[in-house]
Amino acid sequence: MPSHDVLIIGAGLAGQRAAVAAADAGVSVAILSKVHPVRSHSVAAAGGINAAISVTDDWRSHAYDTVKGSDFLGDQDAIEVMCSEAPKEVMHLEHIGVTFHRNDSGELDLRAFGGASVKRTAYVADITGQAILHVLYEQLMKYHETVDRYEEWFTTSLIIDEDGGCVGCVARDIRTGAIETFTAKNVILASGGAGQCYKPTTNALICTADGIAQAYHVGAPLMDMEMIQYHPTTLLENGFLITEGARGEGAHLLNADGDRFMEKYAPNKMELASRDVVSRAEQTEINEGRGVGEDGSGIYLDITVVPRKRVHEALREIVNIGKDFAGVDITKEPILIRPGQHYIMGGVKTDINGATPVDGLYAAGEVACVSVHGGNRLGANSLLDTLIFGRRSGEHAAQRAKGMSMPTPTDEQARRDRAQIAEIIARDGGSGRRRVSEIKDELGTVMNRYVAVYRDEAGLQEAHGIVTRLKEEALSAYIDDRGTVFNQDVLGAIELGYLLDAAECTVVAAIERKESRGAQFRTDFPERNDDEYMRHINTTKNGGDAPSVSYSPVTITQWQPEERKY
Amino acid sequence: MAETRKPAQDFTLRIRRYDPESGEAPYWDEHTINLEPHRSVLEGILQARGRFDGSIGIRCSCKAAICGSCGVRVNGQPGLACHTHLDAALKASRDGVIEIEPMGNMPIIKDLIVDMDAVHWKKIARVTPWLLSQDPLPEREHIVPREAMVDVTQSMACIQCGACVSDCLSMEVDPLFIGPAALAKAYRFVGDPRDSQQFERLKDLAEDPHGMYDCTHCFKCIEACPKGVAPMNQIMRLRRRAGSDHQIKDRNNGFNHEHAFVKNIRRNGLLHENDLLADSFGGKANPKSAAFLARSLPVITRALLRRKATLKVALGHPHKAPADVKRIFETVEGRDQRNELNLYIEGYDEDDSGAAEPNVAAVAGGGQDGQSMASAPGASPKGTV
Repeated sequence: MPSHDVLIIGAGLAGQRAAVAAADAGVSVAILSKVHPVRSHSVAAAGGINAAISVTDDWRSHAYDTVKGSDFLGDQDAIEVMCSEAPKEVMHLEHIGVTFHRNDSGELDLRAFGGASVKRTAYVADITGQAILHVLYEQLMKYHETVDRYEEWFTTSLIIDEDGGCVGCVARDIRTGAIETFTAKNVILASGGAGQCYKPTTNALICTADGIAQAYHVGAPLMDMEMIQYHPTTLLENGFLITEGARGEGAHLLNADGDRFMEKYAPNKMELASRDVVSRAEQTEINEGRGVGEDGSGIYLDITVVPRKRVHEALREIVNIGKDFAGVDITKEPILIRPGQHYIMGGVKTDINGATPVDGLYAAGEVACVSVHGGNRLGANSLLDTLIFGRRSGEHAAQRAKGMSMPTPTDEQARRDRAQIAEIIARDGGSGRRRVSEIKDELGTVMNRYVAVYRDEAGLQEAHGIVTRLKEEALSAYIDDRGTVFNQDVLGAIELGYLLDAAECTVVAAIERKESRGAQFRTDFPERNDDEYMRHINTTKNGGDAPSVSYSPVTITQWQPEERKY
Repeated sequence: MAETRKPAQDFTLRIRRYDPESGEAPYWDEHTINLEPHRSVLEGILQARGRFDGSIGIRCSCKAAICGSCGVRVNGQPGLACHTHLDAALKASRDGVIEIEPMGNMPIIKDLIVDMDAVHWKKIARVTPWLLSQDPLPEREHIVPREAMVDVTQSMACIQCGACVSDCLSMEVDPLFIGPAALAKAYRFVGDPRDSQQFERLKDLAEDPHGMYDCTHCFKCIEACPKGVAPMNQIMRLRRRAGSDHQIKDRNNGFNHEHAFVKNIRRNGLLHENDLLADSFGGKANPKSAAFLARSLPVITRALLRRKATLKVALGHPHKAPADVKRIFETVEGRDQRNELNLYIEGYDEDDSGAAEPNVAAVAGGGQDGQSMASAPGASPKGTV
């Protein structure tokens, strides 16, 4: 039975950063991931990473922009930590080899991004996430003697001891089908978001709420799950992400009349208002009949106003996406986009060290809700979030490990998980039973219809009813693969359960928040209501019933809520 | 504007299946799926998996050619399934059925899933794949030329999908060859001005009998790469740095061989292999050259017998290069700086904006040693041409 001081589940940016930080603190570390680390979804982050590194910038300005972007739902102590530590973290990345773009003086170049008052986004063309992820993996290879890697291992459960603390996990070796108990003094969840609750989404197929649901099952509260970010520029065709960097470089949004409609909604920041504002503006234009494309469900993103040389140098990936997936040369003609599900601001509730209310369980990155993003995340703050809180979780967990002995969990959870997998594999396609893929498709479509940019009570109740039914149907949903080697089918069935748990919490929290703030816009409650709802909404597992709902306060340090204008 | 979408149509996929638990040999499995023609082969496979058979094994995640999971062969060509359009794949198919197989040069685990650890990642680990920076570190960022970072971003664009490894001909012959992906990774450090061990890295890769001189310039990796990394060009740039910048004369005679090539072309205009052999070992009079010639006699005899070479041409060809070749040498050698054109540093400028099809593709590795102007189909997305 492998045992480690710190066990990290998930090997994207948060997980890898946590691994290196914990190893640097001198404890034994393992990192476990259901995909090879460089396949993690951090790879898709395009635009860049925010840090007040310019001599004319100040981290307090970055923090204020983040607070305002969050629609005053972000915890200001956490935001202060993230923004004040950002410059040092970016310099660290530079030192270990990230190939950040330079200006003519050879210093880090910075680009403009949404919701930011100055240029503060460091970048590597439009492959920033990929560049950082691959450099962190270089570090993991360098640390091969101190960090054990379990690549292509799928976590099935967290293990809780009799005192309620987390003492490890159970995981399945995808290659052999073997199920093992991993003992750990501390577990850090870094397994990403829940984008696959939606269809379409910019998120990869692996973003299936694994860590969110696993934490939920052991009693950890999920916070602000109703806050779902729709990115303003996803390809109309298939939902692929077009980086905010395009607008950062000067691209325009145009409606069917050829107007730069953002003038009406955000006269100062225009296309670079925060994402919730821009996505809502686009959706309003579409709803009011000024959309473009065959059925008027799109908006034009016009990148032709950006100098061509600059586009090829700094936005190369979307040149390819335009060409390969939409048949458009973006340097010559506008491209059709629409708002699309992109990110979840909510997640497992943690403190500023990544610790969850469950002893020994940490969370960092998109799986977590610290909360630094509140009601709406600013572009280029997610890479920063993963790295700052990944590192802090790693360091904190390492320190905690030093003062304790190795726990000795039993094999009981592993036995239960083996039995559950055997039960799923044994299901047949009897009467009334549905395929896993069918249920997943229905879930995604329903969430994208009712829990999207605009929401109301009737739609949310409808969604709740459907999700409840799908949860029931999923219990008997069947698969085809009966094998043990790379049985991706059975993993899909387990992931579907994770998705349904996360979706249920999202819907319940969205029903609970009867106001409009950040990404949650209720057409039946169109105003922000600070008196009643400047609070976090927590959903916690309640046996087999719908999750129970509770509130926790928002931490305010220096910025009182004010009206939000861009 | 791509607004007129073509309606969905039927496509038949022929997928190579292998179940390691069955004890049976691999077999072909056909499914007909229904999708718009511009959808990807991966979406086709996922539809087949969702509707007909959930046991089809393929790694996949992002669907957008960023995560590098879904490397396969489509109609025999390596590439990403998510980056190959169904209509293009159909056009390239032999018999109207799109054929999908696992990548080559790596052991198969199940269906389309190969063991990348055993081959690809082992080779990556071989090239000391992390920055060995100077000590002490600067307080803020390293100050480096703008172009230098843009330059190595081309090899950073590698997503480790393994498509280049799949069809590397040298690796087929010498499985120990470090290979295109790992050598491109090596260039990412050798080309990075922040790395402090460039000479040591180059020396190591030159001295390794399975190192940078094992590449035979077949261009397969450039064709295969879905991200325009152009691995072969990065290998040529490693050689150029080793030979021209660091004068590393390796045990494998790669350095001399490369210079003999240039000399041969400069003198003859065409490559004459009998001169090449001698020049690689310091001229016909050099005893090493004679020894190698003696060792090569069987090969030479076979070449003569099969009329790959004739004595007349071998011995009697004119030692005079045409004027055009001389001009090329003069142009290339007359430059103040050698060209380091690559993916991100474009070959055209603003006032040229009306130009034809932008050559986003790499023309890396150009310059002195005559390796330039490789067309780089790596930038064209369809793995099936």
